[in-house]
Amino acid sequence: MEISMEKPIDEVIVLDNIIDLSLKKTPKIAVSNVKVWYDDFQAIKGIDMEIKPNTVTAFIGPSGCGKSTFLRLFNRMNDYVDSFKMEGKIKIDSKNIYKKKINVEELRKEVGMVFQKPNPFPKSIFENVAYGLKIQGIKDKKFIKERVESSLKQVALWNEVKDNLNKSGLALSGGQQQRLCIARTLAVEPSIILMDEPTSALDPISTAKIEELIFELKKKYTIVIVTHNMQQASRISDYTAFFYLGALIEFDKTKTIFTNPSKEQTENYITGRFG
Amino acid sequence: MNSIQKNRLKDQAFKYWGICCTCMGLALLIIFIGDILIDGIQRIDWGFITSLPSRKPEKSGIYTALMGSIWILFFTTIIAFPIGVAAGIYLEEYGKKNKLAGILEINISNLAGVPSIIYGLLGLEVFVRIMNLGASVLAGSLTLSLLILPIVIVATRESIKAVPSSIKDASYALGASKWQTIWYQILPASSGGILTGVILALSRAVGETAPLIVVGALAYVPFAPESPMDEFSVLPIQIFNWISRPQHGFIENAAAAIIILLFITFMMNGIAVYFRNKWQSKWK
Ligand SMILES: Nc1ncnc2c1ncn2[C@@H]1O[C@H](COP(=O)(O)OP(=O)(O)OP(=O)(O)O)[C@@H](O)[C@H]1O
Ligand SMILES: [Mg+2]
Repeated sequence: MEISMEKPIDEVIVLDNIIDLSLKKTPKIAVSNVKVWYDDFQAIKGIDMEIKPNTVTAFIGPSGCGKSTFLRLFNRMNDYVDSFKMEGKIKIDSKNIYKKKINVEELRKEVGMVFQKPNPFPKSIFENVAYGLKIQGIKDKKFIKERVESSLKQVALWNEVKDNLNKSGLALSGGQQQRLCIARTLAVEPSIILMDEPTSALDPISTAKIEELIFELKKKYTIVIVTHNMQQASRISDYTAFFYLGALIEFDKTKTIFTNPSKEQTENYITGRFG
Repeated sequence: MNSIQKNRLKDQAFKYWGICCTCMGLALLIIFIGDILIDGIQRIDWGFITSLPSRKPEKSGIYTALMGSIWILFFTTIIAFPIGVAAGIYLEEYGKKNKLAGILEINISNLAGVPSIIYGLLGLEVFVRIMNLGASVLAGSLTLSLLILPIVIVATRESIKAVPSSIKDASYALGASKWQTIWYQILPASSGGILTGVILALSRAVGETAPLIVVGALAYVPFAPESPMDEFSVLPIQIFNWISRPQHGFIENAAAAIIILLFITFMMNGIAVYFRNKWQSKWK
């Protein structure tokens, strides 16, 4: 490793210990031998993966390799696709989320999702953020107000909208809309946030803001993000998973993936030499 | 002449042909409305609207028929609106997308095109005879509800389909149940379209004559209905009846009643257009 060249030996040992310790922590998400089909087409070909709490994991890979399909397994959003079939186990906090008894609505309160295209509801900014609480049957107005405010503050949108909370969410700019969507997800206080190319429809400044935000959110949440932007993956993620044709080719610390990948396919992809 | 010029010529020819057709349609409509207006407008006054039918044309009014139409409209709305919208929601959101659903879908669209007299015969057998409702407002409303249900169902489904799936995804991803998603997101977003469809369907129902004649709506009913079980007449039947009389006075009455019926339909269509525009602007 590069680090060992520059740092005294004992520091390296300490560093390794910390990494070891974090490895021993129970995984937030544990995937074992998962396969997915759409009708006869196999989109995911037997994947194992463990995602640790309070980390950012980036999913990269060429278009159509199954990143979104795999991500949407974690909050069971694929259930709405009629042709979807799945095999294998996914455990979140040691609970198999594909067991019959699982309450999907409860699961989604734990596992929030931000989509590629900002999709605020055609309702006011306030109602957008309060929606998740409303559907849980929470009526306490003061509580809702505080949660809306704190969520909007977390995404650094509060100062921009605090005087216009009754304005339509659709009247915001694209970047603001996406931050509103993140705030809406945070208001439910999930422990995992899934993001499917959350910045691909945004300009560089909005993108930078969201990346900063992800860095902040890591302290409280486990984040899994799909991205086509290699710089973004290397900037914000701790771990990176490279997918190709429905298979997980390589999964490692982001640093390793980007400096010293063990598979040639990974290297070709991240250096842009992919055929 | 090269092919671009040829295409341009074809383009122009088609454009003028289109303008021609439109003008012809409009001209016919204007002539028709103008003719009716000339015949009937001076006959319309408060007395005409509030008088009961009579053997003398100058004393006759549309009160019973107008009230009958309003009663019919009211009951048709409260029967067809909830059933049609519920069926639309079910088919779009709950029904499995299989072969059976496909057949059902085609059949519902076909039902919208069945001649209305067939619905009259069905109503006569089922509501008047089997359910023993007689020639009542209720029997008439049920029959007209059958007639407009397919339209309401199709309109509901189309409006629900037009709601972007990203909205549904967002709602589900926040932990909303299917019903919550339908109630809080899909229905508010599609209500404009659904209302438009329902109003257009109702404005068709106000003008329907054949099925009500079959069900037994009488041309001569001396009093306005006071309960759903009363006999009734409606405007189009009153018009039909007056037109078939020899005296010129009744022709004038018919023209005046037509003006009022047209006014009601145009109003309803106007409201429908208003809702549609309001609804469309929401998504821009
Ligand atoms: N609803 C669906 N029905 C049928 N096939 C699907 C469906 N969704 C995805 N697929 C197929 O599954 C494969 C993986 O799709 P997926 O959307 O997961 O790819 P992706 O890696 O997210 O691609 P992108 O980077 O373009 O978003 C693709 O071949 C796609 O055609
Ligand atoms: Mg994708």
